[in-house]
Amino acid sequence: MNKREFLTEAVVFFPAAAMLQTLALKAEGKEVSAETKTAYDPSLHWYGMGIDTDKCIGCNRCVEACKAENNVPDEPYFFRTWIERYTVRRDGKTTVECISTRPGPAKQAEPEDPSVVRTFFVPKLCNQCANPPCVQVCPVGATFQTKDGVVLVDEKRCIGCRYCIQACPYGARYLNPYTRTADKCTFCYHRVTKGLQPACVEVCPTEARIFGDLNKLSDRLVRFQRTNEISVLKPDLNTEPKVRYAKLDGEVR
Amino acid sequence: MNAQAPAGLYEQLASQLSQVIGFIYPNEVETHWSILIVIYPYITGVVAGAFILASLVKVFNVVEVQPIYRLALLTALAFMLIAPMPLQLHLGHPERAYEIYLTPQPTSAMAMFGFVYLWYLMGILLIEVWFEYRQELIQMGQRGRGLLGALYRALSLYSRDLSPAALEFDKKASKIVTIIGIPSAFLLHGYVGFIFGSVKANPWWGSVLMPIVFLMSAIVSGIAMVMLVYIVLSLIRNEKLDTRCLDKVGLFLLVAIIVDFALEGLDYIHRLYQSEESIKILGQLVSAKLFTSLVIMQVLLGMLVPLLILVLVRIWRLNDEFRKLLYFSAAMLIQLGILSMRWNVVIGGQLYSKSLRGLMGYKMELTGIESLLTAVVLLSAPFVILIVLIRLLPTRRSGQHTTAV
Repeated sequence: MNKREFLTEAVVFFPAAAMLQTLALKAEGKEVSAETKTAYDPSLHWYGMGIDTDKCIGCNRCVEACKAENNVPDEPYFFRTWIERYTVRRDGKTTVECISTRPGPAKQAEPEDPSVVRTFFVPKLCNQCANPPCVQVCPVGATFQTKDGVVLVDEKRCIGCRYCIQACPYGARYLNPYTRTADKCTFCYHRVTKGLQPACVEVCPTEARIFGDLNKLSDRLVRFQRTNEISVLKPDLNTEPKVRYAKLDGEVR
Repeated sequence: MNAQAPAGLYEQLASQLSQVIGFIYPNEVETHWSILIVIYPYITGVVAGAFILASLVKVFNVVEVQPIYRLALLTALAFMLIAPMPLQLHLGHPERAYEIYLTPQPTSAMAMFGFVYLWYLMGILLIEVWFEYRQELIQMGQRGRGLLGALYRALSLYSRDLSPAALEFDKKASKIVTIIGIPSAFLLHGYVGFIFGSVKANPWWGSVLMPIVFLMSAIVSGIAMVMLVYIVLSLIRNEKLDTRCLDKVGLFLLVAIIVDFALEGLDYIHRLYQSEESIKILGQLVSAKLFTSLVIMQVLLGMLVPLLILVLVRIWRLNDEFRKLLYFSAAMLIQLGILSMRWNVVIGGQLYSKSLRGLMGYKMELTGIESLLTAVVLLSAPFVILIVLIRLLPTRRSGQHTTAV
């Protein structure tokens, strides 16, 4: 090959190679930009959420923000997150209600009732289990765990068999009546991968919810875990939830 | 959001919400597995049970049961063809069902369904039926004219060999297929039980006994179904029943019911004795929501009464007509009982909250896709198929006689 031949070949080869690389990246669903090297790397994160039950005031803003952000139907049968109120009475009996089924903040529970020892709120959402039973049972692999530890549903693949809804011990899933596929909290994956907070965390006026990366020692969530007594819901089922509750009452399931 | 919410869904949910007692998670108002998922294990159960009854003849040489061997096979086939329909109709996206074959999740019990079903239908049932009928299909193809003859020739897959060696091979092949078929029938229905038994989130379902209880109840329902079909067919054809055959089938039915009763009893005793966290709400579930369907229909009418009948038939010396009537009643009651058992498992498991603090309601739709009407149609369909199959394929071997009344 002489110099002239080499140059003419090169004129074709380099643009063609660049084009092929671009197509290959596109086929893999990766972003093609100058920032490819510094793009989001899911394997570097392991997301979780801390919930300080003492701080929740039952204002329901997280529920409303979640419904607006994620197109969750308004009807009171579909929730990605909801708030429960526990009322503990003198005789040891506890009653529970979901305060998110009607809009607006919770009404105070019988303020002058002397039989009430204490009341408290517990925000609930998908626990983003490290060992998720919903992922295990999905017949087509439509529900899966991302490398950064978030359980998602591919609504283009879900066949709507609802086995995952049955398998979730926390009632965190529902069938979206519009898409006819299973739906649940995504930790606002579209936001967190851009460095933003989930909608519910963003709007919480008392910082009862702390979103963070369990991989980072300096993260607020890691510090929250270090400085509080932490429990998870239904630990006996070995689902290894990544939603961690501080000072959780034993009545909460 | 381009699609519309299904019509009537919110009215149904509002009605179910009004039936809630205590506290439930808000997403639990909807009953996710409906009446269609109740009849699905019932139908596959009949398949497995009928096949196991047929295998008694082929593998264990129980000669008394020979007269209903073919009927049992055809019953299994008729129910098998309908088995996937309730599942398919229940899906939110039925058009994506093929994904189960293309991208099956190896950890999912449900993903196995497609493969187990295909294996059982194509690998076992159809092959066994074909070998059993090959000789007659060829003969009928030769005799038959026009469309019917062509159909028989097509069904015989255009084979023509009627030499003694070929007929001997048919026998041998069908025996081998039956031997493989027995564990396959166990797999088919045991795995249906596993789908429920492996759900740790739901203590009403999550039991290691569930697959084996499903299997035994399948055998009970399948044997009783073949018995029913045999009695009804003899009435229609105005033929005399083979009493020895009926008594033998009745004996197998009795043994199967006793084992089934013992297993289900063990399950309940075990739950009560272990008295785990869920026992209070499960107790409320049974007394408030399932009393009629569980205590009255499943246990009393569906199990104890037929058990008593089958014992009495063996003790008393009764005339053939009365015996037939008793067998018929027992077999009918058993169908009721097994259908109730499927209801109590599938719907019962969705009538209490996983928070263990409340009970839900289920309002069955009368018309629509997931409705009582669809369930009735799907439950009748196997009988229609069976009528066609019996018309096409003789239920007796040529040369095997029964006397007319």
